Amino acid sequence: MTVMSYLGAIGAAQREAMEADERVVIIGEDVEANVYGTTGAGKSRRDKGDFLEMFGRNRIRNTPISEEVIVGAAAGAAMTGLRPIVDLSYSSFLYMAMDQFVNQVAKNRYMFGGQASLPVVFRSAMFYGLNTGAHHSDRPYPMFMNVPGLKIIAPASPSDAKGLLRSAVDSEDPVLTFEACPLWGMKEEVDEAEYRIPLGVARTVRPGSDVTVVAISSAVPEAVRAADALAEDGISVEVIDPRTLVPLDTDAVLESVARTGRLVVADPAHRTCSAAAEISAVVAEDAFDALKAPIVRVTTPDTQIPFSPALEKQLYPNRDNIAAAVRRVLG
Amino acid sequence: MGLAPEVLLEMQRRMLRIRGFDERASKMVKRGFIPGTVHTSIGQEAQVVGACMALGESDYMTGNHRSHGHPIGKGSPLGPLMAELVGKSGGVCGGKGGSLHLADFSVGSLGESGIVGSSIPIAVGAGLSASVLGNKRVSLAFFGDGAANQGCLYEGMNLAGVWKLPVVFLCENNQYALSTPAHTVTSGVIAERAAGFGMPGVRVEDGQDVLAVYEAVNTAVERARAGEGPSLVEVVTYRFHEHSEGLRLGTDYRDAEEKAAWLQRDPIVLFRRWLAENGVASDAELDALEAEVAAEVDAAEAFAKDSPYPDPAMAFADLYTEPVPIRGAVELIGAPA
Repeated sequence: MTVMSYLGAIGAAQREAMEADERVVIIGEDVEANVYGTTGAGKSRRDKGDFLEMFGRNRIRNTPISEEVIVGAAAGAAMTGLRPIVDLSYSSFLYMAMDQFVNQVAKNRYMFGGQASLPVVFRSAMFYGLNTGAHHSDRPYPMFMNVPGLKIIAPASPSDAKGLLRSAVDSEDPVLTFEACPLWGMKEEVDEAEYRIPLGVARTVRPGSDVTVVAISSAVPEAVRAADALAEDGISVEVIDPRTLVPLDTDAVLESVARTGRLVVADPAHRTCSAAAEISAVVAEDAFDALKAPIVRVTTPDTQIPFSPALEKQLYPNRDNIAAAVRRVLG
Repeated sequence: MGLAPEVLLEMQRRMLRIRGFDERASKMVKRGFIPGTVHTSIGQEAQVVGACMALGESDYMTGNHRSHGHPIGKGSPLGPLMAELVGKSGGVCGGKGGSLHLADFSVGSLGESGIVGSSIPIAVGAGLSASVLGNKRVSLAFFGDGAANQGCLYEGMNLAGVWKLPVVFLCENNQYALSTPAHTVTSGVIAERAAGFGMPGVRVEDGQDVLAVYEAVNTAVERARAGEGPSLVEVVTYRFHEHSEGLRLGTDYRDAEEKAAWLQRDPIVLFRRWLAENGVASDAELDALEAEVAAEVDAAEAFAKDSPYPDPAMAFADLYTEPVPIRGAVELIGAPA
């Protein structure tokens, strides 16, 4: 075990995947310069440029600013023998390639009757909470959850970031990973050896018996902080991190709600048609009888993200608004 | 050019297959046997076949909404393609794709696309894999004059240019984007746009001449295979049918004289004459070739009719390689009679 940051864990997973399989290539803007530290050796800025030295320009592909062809070309390359990892940096940039994501990446296997396989991973980071304004702060995973054919992961810890990314690279289907910048600096003990976390398996971050809090991405550590604070008042909160949004581990959520009878969903996405909306609907459909109180969602309101820290900071799920929601469902 | 007689005859065979297939499909649409929309390549066969014949069997190709000619040109058998148009289980895509989304990976046909231009980046990616893996394959992207104004073409040309990818961008300029004349929406000459990306751009003015198309594309393919990067080939041609079968437009957007002149330049008639005049085949042999292809088309229609509709459960297959629970799966309904 060694201490790794969230970013370092992503770098380590990519390095492992590239060493394990020559078909794995990294494609993206500024990947040679290792701007965000995921294409170095994963330890420090000192290691900048390591991937280029280790794997060369044939496999480390620095691109022009052309998201549409980056995404489509990665799909075409995956259909013909490569296993690309695409670094799209800011998740707000995914919109530039929406046609390729929706009409090609998600549909090709299906509409060609299973002839196509698309083993390709699209990485992007959600830069919210960092005063980057409306064009860089999106948390767009729910939009993509609405597109059948894509698998979607949202790791909330360094260990999960590493293990889930390895599984994503192994997958024969396209996987979108939404990484959380608020968690970039998070550090924990991570296994240096290769390991994989299967897609579609939730993690019980903290067991509890009074209320289930399903938390996504950066809401996970906030939910844990809220649970710690509530424990001081004798309230036992179970925190579940789905980790994978497609496929979604609905069994884990339903099983927990069956025990606690109460559900709060904390989701940094906008409220309407959020992941929280989907999880709430699943529970309302399949576990209504177990509920002792209405479900409460803690989401980002349906407003754009403002620049000023005074305006932005209040918008996302945090320990206080999650704790308040838990108290609300307890009546 | 010194092409072997069997190659020349194969060109005519594939043009006849496209013509026969599309004419039959047109009839089947009118009779109600084919649901949805169908866009034929009738009149454009020389452009499709000249390009495809310049490719090797293991080379890649992507296409667009005018979609049957490309896989046929690449060598796909007709039966599964016709069954796909009807939505049958024996279809090349199991009935999931239909006319707009044909693909036959066994011949390197990586997929047609109902979104014009959208398959261009896929072809660039196939060129990328060929380049990284060093397997000497070439990738060709078919797109129309309408799609030539899509941004993804220029992102693709730039990327293929800087990475020297083995890609041929093939603009099939049939001069109309549905009813819109190219000159009213396209500034300058499409082939000349290549210069801005540092790649050769050629315009084949007579796209009804299969050998002229072959020669231009072959030059581009050889350049790509030699590692010298992409090319743009624009081929001027004409579609003899409407944009889509059964489409009735209120306005007469194509000049009657223009249309009549192009109809005189039927690529199959022209090449048949050339083959006879150059002693490649006798009239009797060419008649036999036409009969042979006509029988293939009959067999394709019979195959399509005999193939059963897919089991309704197949609506939930092929979304993912590894099974993933599909939420909201409905109670299954019966197949059409």
